[in-house]
Amino acid sequence: MAEEKLALPKIQAAGMMKQYMSDYFYELNEAATTKKQKIAWCTSVGPAEILRALGFLVHFPENHGAMLGATRMATDMIPEANAIGYSPDICSYLTADVGAYLKGVTPLSKAYPGIDSVPKPDVLVYNTNQCRDVQDWFMWYGREFKVPVVGIHTHRGVGDVRGEHTASIARQMEALIRPLEEISGKRFDMDEMKHVLALSRECSELWKKVLDTAAAVPSPITFFDGTIHMGPAVVLRGTQRAVDYYKMLLAELEKRIQDKVAAVPGEKFRLYWEGMPVWGRLRDHSMLFSSHQTNVLASTYCNSWIFSDFDPAEPFESMARAYTKLFIVRSDEAKEKYIKDMIAFFKVDGIIYHDAKTCPNNSNCRYGMPQRLEKETGVPSLIINGDLNDLRLISDEQTKTNVEAFIEQLEERK
Amino acid sequence: MGNGDPSIWAGVDVGASRTKVMVIDGERRPVGHAVVKSGTNFTESSDQCLEMALAMAGVTQQAIRRLISTGYGRKNVQRADDTKTEIGCHAKGCFHCFPHPITIIDIGGQDNKVIKVDGEGRRQSFKMNRKCAAGTGAFLEEMAPRLDIPIESMDGLARQSTQMVELGSFCTVFSATEVLEKIRQGKKVPDIVKGLFLSVIKRVLEMDSLTENVVMTGGVVAHNPYLVEMAQELIGRPIWVPPLPQLTGALGAALYAMEGDRR
Ligand code: SF4
Repeated sequence: MAEEKLALPKIQAAGMMKQYMSDYFYELNEAATTKKQKIAWCTSVGPAEILRALGFLVHFPENHGAMLGATRMATDMIPEANAIGYSPDICSYLTADVGAYLKGVTPLSKAYPGIDSVPKPDVLVYNTNQCRDVQDWFMWYGREFKVPVVGIHTHRGVGDVRGEHTASIARQMEALIRPLEEISGKRFDMDEMKHVLALSRECSELWKKVLDTAAAVPSPITFFDGTIHMGPAVVLRGTQRAVDYYKMLLAELEKRIQDKVAAVPGEKFRLYWEGMPVWGRLRDHSMLFSSHQTNVLASTYCNSWIFSDFDPAEPFESMARAYTKLFIVRSDEAKEKYIKDMIAFFKVDGIIYHDAKTCPNNSNCRYGMPQRLEKETGVPSLIINGDLNDLRLISDEQTKTNVEAFIEQLEERK
Repeated sequence: MGNGDPSIWAGVDVGASRTKVMVIDGERRPVGHAVVKSGTNFTESSDQCLEMALAMAGVTQQAIRRLISTGYGRKNVQRADDTKTEIGCHAKGCFHCFPHPITIIDIGGQDNKVIKVDGEGRRQSFKMNRKCAAGTGAFLEEMAPRLDIPIESMDGLARQSTQMVELGSFCTVFSATEVLEKIRQGKKVPDIVKGLFLSVIKRVLEMDSLTENVVMTGGVVAHNPYLVEMAQELIGRPIWVPPLPQLTGALGAALYAMEGDRR
C-alpha cells in the first residue's frame, strides 16, 4: 500500500540530538554509579531550573514513561503496577514506569548499552501543575528509595494568571531551596540560578521558533517530528546543549521553508493535534496522515515546553508565572482562546482531539470543547479514542477509519 | 465490453459481520443487490456477494464500469478500483434516498455511526462508537442465545411486550448478567427483548445530538422495524428508513463509483 512506500524527508539535525540525548543519559548513569553528583527526579514541567542551579543532574520519569511507550514496552509493564494496586485507569506513564521498575527493565538498556537501570534519585521534586498523578508516582519512589520527596502545589483551572497565583507558587519554590541545599550539599547561588534560567529561556524561545516554522505553507515539520525533537527541551532545558541543538534545528527548518521542502510531500490538508501523542503509534500515525497528504503540523502538547515568561531578572516570580501559564493549568475559556489563536496562526483545516483514556488532564474533548470551538470557528474536528502508553486501549482499525473519513470530509469541503 | 451488457456501477461494503453489494444502472437505479456473511475470508465473501448481485441484475462481470469498496474489509476486495470509508458511503447512500439535511444513525454489526449531512449532501460531522459492542448488532446477537431465542424472532417478540423490562447497564457483558437476573426474576421474554431494543436505541441516541431529519440504516434496522417505531416514539418525530437499509453503504459506494467514472 501507498503508506509503506512513502518516504518523508529526514531531519538531519536528528543525529546531533541523538548524540546529546545519549550524553545526557550516560552522564546520569555515571553519576548514579559513581555517586559523584547528586540526582534529582523532576516532573516534566517542574522546577528543573532550581535543581540545575543547585548542581543536580535531573532525570524526568515522564520522559522515561514516553520511552516505554515509544518502544512499545509499556503495555507489558502496566499490569505489574496494576497488581500492586495502581488502577489501569490512572496515568499509564505512571503505571508503565512503576511496572518497569518492578520488573527491573528499562528501554535505556537497549538504546544505551551499559545502562542497566534508571539513575537512582537522591530527591524527587514534583509540581502538580499537570495532575495529581505525578505526586503519587513520586511518593511511591520516595518510599521505595527512602529518599525525600518535595513538591509544588499549583492552582488548577486558572483563568487569568494573577499576582496572587504566582506569588504563592514563587513562595513554594523558594521554600524548596533549603531542603534541596541540604541534599545537594551545595549552597544556592542566585547568579547560577539566573544563568540557568537565561539558558532555559533561550531554549524555550528557540523551541518556539522551531514549532512556529509549521505556520509556513507547506509546513517543514510535523507534530510527530515535534514529539521526538522536543526531547532536549524537556530534559536539557537550562543547558547550553539544548540551546545549541535548537539553533541547528531551526536553521535546518528555515532552509526547508526557503526551499519549499514540505515535511509531508504534496501537503493538501493541515491539522492541529490536541492531546497526548500515542507513543507506540507515532510512526503509524505519521504514515497514516501523510499517505493522505495531510500534515498534522502543530499541537498543544509540543507547545507545552515554551516558557516565554522566564526572566532572569526575577527568577522565582517569572518561573511561577511560566509554570502557571501552561495550557494544562488553565480554565476552559483560556484553553479555548489559546486553541483559536493556534488555528489562525497555523492555518489549519481541522483539529484531531486525542481522548487519552488514562490522562484526563490532557484530554480536552470531554466537556464539549470540540463542539464549542467548531461552532465558533467553523473548523471541523475529530475525536479519536486512545491512550498515551496503553495499547490495549486502542483500536487501530477504528482510528484509521475515523481519520480517513475525516480527511474525506475535508476533501468534500475544499 | 462488447458483450451487450448494459453498464453498471458496483459498491461492495465488507462489514465486520455482513458483506453487502449494490449495483446501479446509468440512471442510478438499484438493479441488483445481495447480502452474505462476511466470515473469515473477506475476499471470497465479497466475490460471492458480487456474483449474486450481478446475477440479480442480469449482467456479467464485464458490465462493471467501476467498483468501489467500503467497510472494514474494503482493502480485501481485489476487484475494487478504489476504496472509500463506510462513513462517506453511508452519507452518500442516505443523501441519495433523502436529499435533505439529515442526521443518519447507522446501527451496524460491530459499530454504530451518527453522521450529519447538510442540504448539499456534504458531511458536517460524524461519530463512531467507541470500541465496544454496546448498542450494536453484536449486542443483540450476544443476548439472543441468553434468552434461548433465534435472533430473527426478536422483532416479533418485542411487539408482543406488555410490560417492558428496562436494563440499566451500558456494557454488553454486564447487560448479559442483568438479563440472566431478569430471567431468574421470572420476567417475560418479550418484555426483556423490548428492553434490549430500548437499550440499543439509547446507546445510539447518546452518541450525538439529532439535528434536522433523522434517517436510520443498518442491518439491525433492516431486521427489526419495531426498533425504529420505538425510536420514533422516543424522539417524538418521524424517522426515515431507506428502502434497503442494510445496503445504504453499498449504495453509496456504487454512487461514488459512478461519480469517479464521470469525472
Ligand atoms: S498529565 Fe497525564 S500523562 Fe502527564 S503525568 Fe499527569 S496523568 Fe500522566
